[in-house]
Amino acid sequence: MCGIVGLFLKKEALRPQLGNMLTDMLITMTDRGPDSAGIAIYGDEAEGLKMTVQSDTPQTEFDGLDGALEAALGRKVTMKVVDTHAVLTIPDDAEDDARAFMKARGLRVMGVGSAMEIFKEIGLPKDVAARFGIRQMSGSHGIGHTRMATESAVTTMGAHPFSTGDDQCLVHNGSLSNHNQMRRVLTQKGFAPQTQNDTEVAACYISSRLAEGANLGEALEGTLDDLDGFFTFVVGTKNGFGVVRDPIACKPAVMAETEDYVAFGSEYRALANLPGIEAARVWEPEPATVYFWER
Amino acid sequence: MQTIDLATTPLRELNAALQAQAATTNQTEWLIENPKGAHAIAVGLDAPIEVTVNGPTGYYCAGMNKQATVHVKGSAGPGVAENMMSGTVVIDGDASQYAGATGHGGLLVIKGNASSRCGISMKGIDIVVYGNIGHMSAFMAQTGNLVVLGDAGANLGDSLYEARLFVRGSVKSLGSDCVEKEMRPEHIAILKDLLERSGADAKPEDFKRYGSARTLYNFHVDHAGEY
Repeated sequence: MCGIVGLFLKKEALRPQLGNMLTDMLITMTDRGPDSAGIAIYGDEAEGLKMTVQSDTPQTEFDGLDGALEAALGRKVTMKVVDTHAVLTIPDDAEDDARAFMKARGLRVMGVGSAMEIFKEIGLPKDVAARFGIRQMSGSHGIGHTRMATESAVTTMGAHPFSTGDDQCLVHNGSLSNHNQMRRVLTQKGFAPQTQNDTEVAACYISSRLAEGANLGEALEGTLDDLDGFFTFVVGTKNGFGVVRDPIACKPAVMAETEDYVAFGSEYRALANLPGIEAARVWEPEPATVYFWER
Repeated sequence: MQTIDLATTPLRELNAALQAQAATTNQTEWLIENPKGAHAIAVGLDAPIEVTVNGPTGYYCAGMNKQATVHVKGSAGPGVAENMMSGTVVIDGDASQYAGATGHGGLLVIKGNASSRCGISMKGIDIVVYGNIGHMSAFMAQTGNLVVLGDAGANLGDSLYEARLFVRGSVKSLGSDCVEKEMRPEHIAILKDLLERSGADAKPEDFKRYGSARTLYNFHVDHAGEY
């Protein structure tokens, strides 16, 4: 199963409520997957890049992490610690060095971007959202996932959303059948997945297409030709939000659009308490059809 | 009129109350408030009662229905009226995947669109869709009638048995062993009756009929050596 949600705000005034709205949406999807949960939020743009890292022993690993990174980079760094995650703001050109630094310390990089932060852990949506204070987060758009694991182990790194490019993230309901072959192709192109998870392969695929110059719509269109299996994907980029379902489309999906937002849910229940939903245009996205919005 | 608010009443309590109605009940009208996409609303009913659901429903609304009339004032999630035996189910909005799947009888009316696999493996149910239907609809449909005022998606009626498919609009493609067939007076009569009973504003003469070419499910002597 798995449950996925997404919310793309069109109205500036709703930004402070984004985390709260997404949390409620994701909690309604809890019975679609109890294994792990995660949310990616596009918040205020940082001066530099925000690198979200995770540790199973945050008390020791995050203690003095910002100072050590500053010393290693020779540049100013700020850090916000949230439970098992830390968001470090680093200079724009320091991503590769910071990644190498984190890898050497055994820290897992969840995602990097000027606006995007990712929080994901094993557990139910309500617990994961509470641990990371998702309700208090503001932003322009975000996606969330609650997982029923099929293709890889129940671990933090196997949780969604997957981010494989700056300010890019993806959540998935379904299972891919050509992910091993695609993993080899993408690795050759320089977009090597870090885990054995099938969804990360899809995220790498989209990142590779965007890097080649495709726009979000074209990258999503490509999944229909190049990925085999069952999927409903919801994708976030710095300015965009997209949805695509495979041609068989047995993984459920409902969308709603008003003047204030575009929302996605695996089921209508996820959308039922959104403001103005009674008057929204509500529809089931067509199979093999790309939907995307950009600001 | 009995009113049950799902904001305050558990779903099991609602379904138990509806399922407890006898054929001779005096409580014939029920209103369900705040469905908010909940699953399995008004399933397994077996009494001539009228149930109105005031809003959108989730998975399997009105599944296994017998005798009852269930009217959803909103859209319905996957598997609406699945395995219906008799009675009437009316959806004012759209229906998601496999609406009316495996239904044995009764009438399902969808006033919006139905998505993929509408009427899959239907076994006697009548389904009338005012809008369009998605791909793989009426897959392995055995008997009953599927009426579509709009268009049908790809692979309509794949591996069809003896269900009748009537489509007014275009058909993206026909599935294996599904062919267009002649519309004879008895088919016009069946369609006229279904359109009237479902309140659909359409002329039977504007529809095309599709059915099984009967090459897949009949034994053919040329294949004797394959067994």
